[in-house]
Amino acid sequence: MRRHRTPLLRLVGLFWSTSVAAEMEYRVDFVLAVLNSGFGLLTTIFGLSLVFGGGPSFAGWSWHQAMVVVGVFTILEGFTRAVLEPNLGQIVRHVQQGTLDFVLLKPVSAQLWLSTRGLSPWGFPDVVLGVGLTLWAALKSGAGAADLALAIVPLAAAVVTLYSLWFVLATTSIWFVKIYNVTQVLRTLVEAGRYPVSVYPFGHRMFFTFIVPVAFLTTVPAETLVGRGSWAWIAASVGLAALLALAARAFFRFALRFYTSASS
Amino acid sequence: MIGRALRQARALLSVRYAEMLEYRAELVLWMLAGSMPLILMGVWMKVAATRPLGLEPVDFARYFLVLFLVRQATVVWVIWEFQEKVLTGALSQRLLQPIDPVWNEVAKHVAERFARLPFVVVLVALFFALYPDARWVPHPWALLSGLLLTIAAFAVRFAIQYTLSMMAFWTERAGSLQSVWFHLYVLFSGMLAPLSMYPESVRTFAELTPFPYLVYVPVAATLDHPAFPVDVPRACAVMAAWGVAFVVLNRVLWRRGLRQYSGMGA
Repeated sequence: MRRHRTPLLRLVGLFWSTSVAAEMEYRVDFVLAVLNSGFGLLTTIFGLSLVFGGGPSFAGWSWHQAMVVVGVFTILEGFTRAVLEPNLGQIVRHVQQGTLDFVLLKPVSAQLWLSTRGLSPWGFPDVVLGVGLTLWAALKSGAGAADLALAIVPLAAAVVTLYSLWFVLATTSIWFVKIYNVTQVLRTLVEAGRYPVSVYPFGHRMFFTFIVPVAFLTTVPAETLVGRGSWAWIAASVGLAALLALAARAFFRFALRFYTSASS
Repeated sequence: MIGRALRQARALLSVRYAEMLEYRAELVLWMLAGSMPLILMGVWMKVAATRPLGLEPVDFARYFLVLFLVRQATVVWVIWEFQEKVLTGALSQRLLQPIDPVWNEVAKHVAERFARLPFVVVLVALFFALYPDARWVPHPWALLSGLLLTIAAFAVRFAIQYTLSMMAFWTERAGSLQSVWFHLYVLFSGMLAPLSMYPESVRTFAELTPFPYLVYVPVAATLDHPAFPVDVPRACAVMAAWGVAFVVLNRVLWRRGLRQYSGMGA
């Protein structure tokens, strides 16, 4: 039997160009999205300046190093807006309306389809601002080319970790239909990653390292970027990402067994 | 006429309250989604422990706990529902009812407060159990003025957001306006830190906007602490002025918007 297989990358490319084209009908929104990112970043920086209180450093972080954390957070915020929200936020709708049937019937992995079908350009301003701020602040903190190259590893791990957490929560919508606010809870907790994890007291730090691994999302990549990362933390972030990705996949397959489609 | 209004209010509230009780699990999640003040509490307790601010860590614990409560009591989401109603045309059915559609939304918000209350009480009890040093009994007058200002803050916040909602008649995404507005609210309301920690110039600017009255003022009035100064009578007057201004603007936009509205059945 001959099967025509579209390369996955081309497929994702098609998905994304069509969704961006659709969203571009709302151009005023783009202005608002830029304003939104700008004010969001301003708020974070102002909040951090209050915490620093004019001092040169706080909790072991210089001002520029802390800005690297803010930059990494902004990149992840952009990733959330551009990819996670438009895709994983839709799973619940597919379950409610029974259209998940059609997704499961398609000749591509359902997880891939559900995770990459849409792309919202409203996340782009955050990504651009975040990358710019991260690079600027990392260079100001004395990062070298080797640090920047090495930081790609924990950054990629952070993206995978964040995606897996979202995907697990979105998958629970197969049982609980009202899922929008579970992801809102996750978003609120991830907000803690706007600041380096060491600005929190002991209890918060434990929570944000071992229960909701916010420390691995922004602090570990930022430490690597400013040249004070440790191999142990980088290895741990990669291990965590791999573990969560596998767990998310297994959980999705498990959940599908409980999916009773709209037609049956 | 007053009797009729009271009967209508009772009917609306009891229906909406029953409806909210169906979504109790969801209410818990919404409550947790508002836990940002508890995260910032940690940061500021650490700041107070490392640097002399004239405030103890326990003062920050109380500030952010009361802030959490005020935020829980003043949550408003009317713009998202209103936008949906205008876009889908569901507003048309509401317009047929012999009562202004806003009262349905107000009833939902008020009923939700009462449905949420038990969970909030449990969370506060848990907080005091984990952190006994933060326990304190507010002065009855402080508590009363804090409560009244919280109710006023809810009313003003609702008026403002319902006014922004009117944009749904002209643009398809009034919600995006709300997102921008929300950043300003976080920035200037005293959510990031007590307003008294802000630089003088930023504080002066913030006081010209409605934002501090929505969060900082009710919190400071409840705490009644010399480090969180607040002039309660003046705050009441300013809030009343903001409230009236937005209600008037809202009614003007509502009339114009309805002429513009072309949803199904209109």
